[in-house]
Amino acid sequence: MSNKLNHSMSLAKPDAVDISNKQKIALAIGILGLFILTLALFNTDFPNKALFLTISLSLISVGTIIYSRDAYLTKLEGIKNDGVWFKSISSRGVWGWILGVILTAFYIVLYFYPQYLGLGKDGASNTGLISFFDPLSNLLSGRNASQWFVYGTLYTVAIMAFGYKFMLKYRHNRYQQLRTASVMFFQLGFAFLIPEFMYVMNSDLPYYDLKSVWPLNYYIFDEWSVKAFLSNGNIGLGLILFGIVSIFVITPILTYKYGKRWYCSWVCGCGGLAETAGDSFRQLSSKKMSAWKLERWLIHTVLVFSVVMTVAMVYTYLGYDHNTFWLTKGVFISLVIGFLTLVFAGVMYFKRHEFGKDARYGAIGYFVVIALLVTMHFTGTSENVFFIKGSALRSAYGIYIGSIFSGVIGTGFYPILGNRSWCRFGCPMAAILGFQQRLFSKFRITTNGGQCISCGNCSNSCEMGIDVRAYAQKGENIVRSSCVGCGICSAVCPRGVLKLENDSMKGRINPTEILLGNDVDLMDLVNKK
Amino acid sequence: MEHIVIIGNGISGVTAARHIRKLSDKQITIVSAEADYFFSRTALMYVYMGHMKFEHTQPYEDWFWEKNRINLKKGYVKHIETKSNTLHFSEGDSLQYDKLIIATGSKPNKFGWPGQDLDGVMGMYHKQDLENLEKYAPNNKVCKRAVIVGGGLIGIELAEMLNSRNIPVTFLVREDSFWNGVLPEGESAMINRHIKNHHIDLRLSNNLKEIISDENGKVKSIIIQETGEEIACDVVGLTAGVSPNIDFIKDSEIETGRGVKVNRFLETNIQDVYAVGDCAEQNEGINGRRPIEAVWYTGRMMGETVAQTICGNRIQYNPGHWYNSAKFLDIEYQTYGWVFAKPRENESHFHWKHTDDTKCITVCYDTNTNAFLGINTFGIRMRHDIFDTWLTEKRNVDYVMEHLAEANFDPEFYKTYESDIYSAFKNELQTV
Repeated sequence: MSNKLNHSMSLAKPDAVDISNKQKIALAIGILGLFILTLALFNTDFPNKALFLTISLSLISVGTIIYSRDAYLTKLEGIKNDGVWFKSISSRGVWGWILGVILTAFYIVLYFYPQYLGLGKDGASNTGLISFFDPLSNLLSGRNASQWFVYGTLYTVAIMAFGYKFMLKYRHNRYQQLRTASVMFFQLGFAFLIPEFMYVMNSDLPYYDLKSVWPLNYYIFDEWSVKAFLSNGNIGLGLILFGIVSIFVITPILTYKYGKRWYCSWVCGCGGLAETAGDSFRQLSSKKMSAWKLERWLIHTVLVFSVVMTVAMVYTYLGYDHNTFWLTKGVFISLVIGFLTLVFAGVMYFKRHEFGKDARYGAIGYFVVIALLVTMHFTGTSENVFFIKGSALRSAYGIYIGSIFSGVIGTGFYPILGNRSWCRFGCPMAAILGFQQRLFSKFRITTNGGQCISCGNCSNSCEMGIDVRAYAQKGENIVRSSCVGCGICSAVCPRGVLKLENDSMKGRINPTEILLGNDVDLMDLVNKK
Repeated sequence: MEHIVIIGNGISGVTAARHIRKLSDKQITIVSAEADYFFSRTALMYVYMGHMKFEHTQPYEDWFWEKNRINLKKGYVKHIETKSNTLHFSEGDSLQYDKLIIATGSKPNKFGWPGQDLDGVMGMYHKQDLENLEKYAPNNKVCKRAVIVGGGLIGIELAEMLNSRNIPVTFLVREDSFWNGVLPEGESAMINRHIKNHHIDLRLSNNLKEIISDENGKVKSIIIQETGEEIACDVVGLTAGVSPNIDFIKDSEIETGRGVKVNRFLETNIQDVYAVGDCAEQNEGINGRRPIEAVWYTGRMMGETVAQTICGNRIQYNPGHWYNSAKFLDIEYQTYGWVFAKPRENESHFHWKHTDDTKCITVCYDTNTNAFLGINTFGIRMRHDIFDTWLTEKRNVDYVMEHLAEANFDPEFYKTYESDIYSAFKNELQTV
């Protein structure tokens, strides 16, 4: 193919189909809403903040809703991906880059320079954008807004408005509609409203989004957090116990039954934003083998880091004396090592046949973690892990992973790296759930005999960068730790080849390449050879 | 080292190469004039529609070929000299082989219509057709109307493609209902309505008389045979089926009919020359299949089979029960076993259609033995391996209808229709 032609196929006319007049009006409405926010950012003093905030958020939502209705309800139900690779915004064109830079800049300011958004420091009152949200925050919890409240509100509005768009786009597909309703519900209720109401009921409780599980919620075992929980009597104790039960009981059971999708694409807020606001960018995730290799190293490194960091954090504030509290440094480290060894031994014993060379990496990873923990305990009569303070490790994690990776890169780079780049490359929760999904889960994506025509729609729209086609054309079940079960591969398949299923563990992995559709004897013959 | 040369880098040729590599250490060369790397032809439509870029239609990354030591040669074979095992290229060079696999696929049919070679007239089969389409139909300003001639699967895909860029389409179908040589009446009628719902100007029982040129040798309009009506258009898509792409073989010693003649081992009359895929013609159809099948999966199966034979495990090509699938705009279609457009002797059809007019099934069974013979489904996904098993076990139609839910492959939470279908089936039997 000549370069010129390639060019014409992707960029000659970036917006292959012009938007309608109705959509232009909708865009104008939405941009007007954003413009009010921009004015607030530059310290415009609105006479009635509550009114203008309502107008602004309503305009943004209404604009998105009108736009989406005109885009999808004017056509028959079905897959509507026409022109995604022609549109500048969804094919890493100019608009894509502009949006990426704006989002990234917003995240950097949000995480590191909230004063530029108007956060009042040291008791000073808020100004600018953050003060613009004070009325809403006061309404919900009786306190002034913080940068996180502003972010949480915008995040929720995005999931609601784009969730609606997503439901229209996939209105022929009930799986997609229910899943989206679920992430909208969990975002609005669990991540946004309930924590605010919890604050109203008991203002000493730390912020706790009930659906957010460690290690995604990496601060739950920080000293300040645990102390705050414990100082709140039974409610606090209950919450921290719930946190622990979520990790060790609820999560594995649900993942066993339904795969990690129950969390990643039905509950999780990060996943929720990726699926709704990020839907236009799902095709941008790289499917190259090299990206897959990078992904496996990166995500497991983050997991190891988060485990070591958390253990180190807890370790530093525990005491040595059995009489003060039964959980001493020594007991804690022994418990952790014991638990990890149990997991490791269990996996090696029951699943040794399912591993390839990854097992070696897993083993190395395990021993590194154990070595770190043991070193910490025995060399560290102090608080050091390899001469690094636990708290330094914690703040490094908070900045590099909690902020830069999950926010700045994970979301800011949606238009460049695809919508699940945080989930795919960085999320330690996804790594743990993926580990469970790969090893013991009834979930898999099954393929439909020999019907695959290798068209590549499935791979193209996989936000986790899985080359789904590679499995489908071999008739092989897809059992991958990274699969979040969004179900889009199944939706876009023009031949009905893929289906998300929860079934028995037996026959879940079927790696033999067979002569699909050839008669039975021939299959036997070839498989025997 | 034995040198295996494969002409054609489609699914058949590439599957053969991959399996030969799995089974042996032989030297492998794939020759193609169409594209540098293997791509999925069936996905070309999605490139035009903007769902994917061309590179996404390539199932293997570019490093794959070198890593697996499969040489790729770009070139157009002009002549095969079977006495000296030599390929001559139109570029002037030549290549020696020890074993040759012909996997050249198909080309679009042209029936000698006046003007069929004008600019702006194209099939929708090769990558070059897509390039042509980008040139002559980039948008609805350059291409104010397109006419598609031929009512098969490629025709409706081309209609969908043009529709995605809001280019008005007139769709000439020779039959009195879309694809009714293959689809039973009720299904064909449903698809007619579905096509029209997409604002496609479907003209049934209409044939192309001629294509008229403008002063620059580009298509200007077409004339319909039946009515004499002239339709102004900028693009004409010829999609009246495909036939084996074997013109360059006809003057060699390899025996050809409509395609390259092969036996059940995919061997031609010349030793060490094999043919697979769309271009291969069986001496007679296997299990009621046609001698030439231009279907993706048979190409893949032949590639796998010939690789076994070449690597010393000589086996017959033995396709199992017939199946196929397609998508008509928004309606998915699957078929398992044999459902003919008109029931044959001692056959009967049970047809069920949902009131929303986008889902239906047709089940074919033997009226004497009650044996289940095949099923067509529209808008409902079914499980391939279950039907394969039921057909092999020769289940009767009552069993199949009763257990239909087991075969459902729709995504979770979808509405299911098996109980509706079953009660309709029961009712129909009682009234007869």
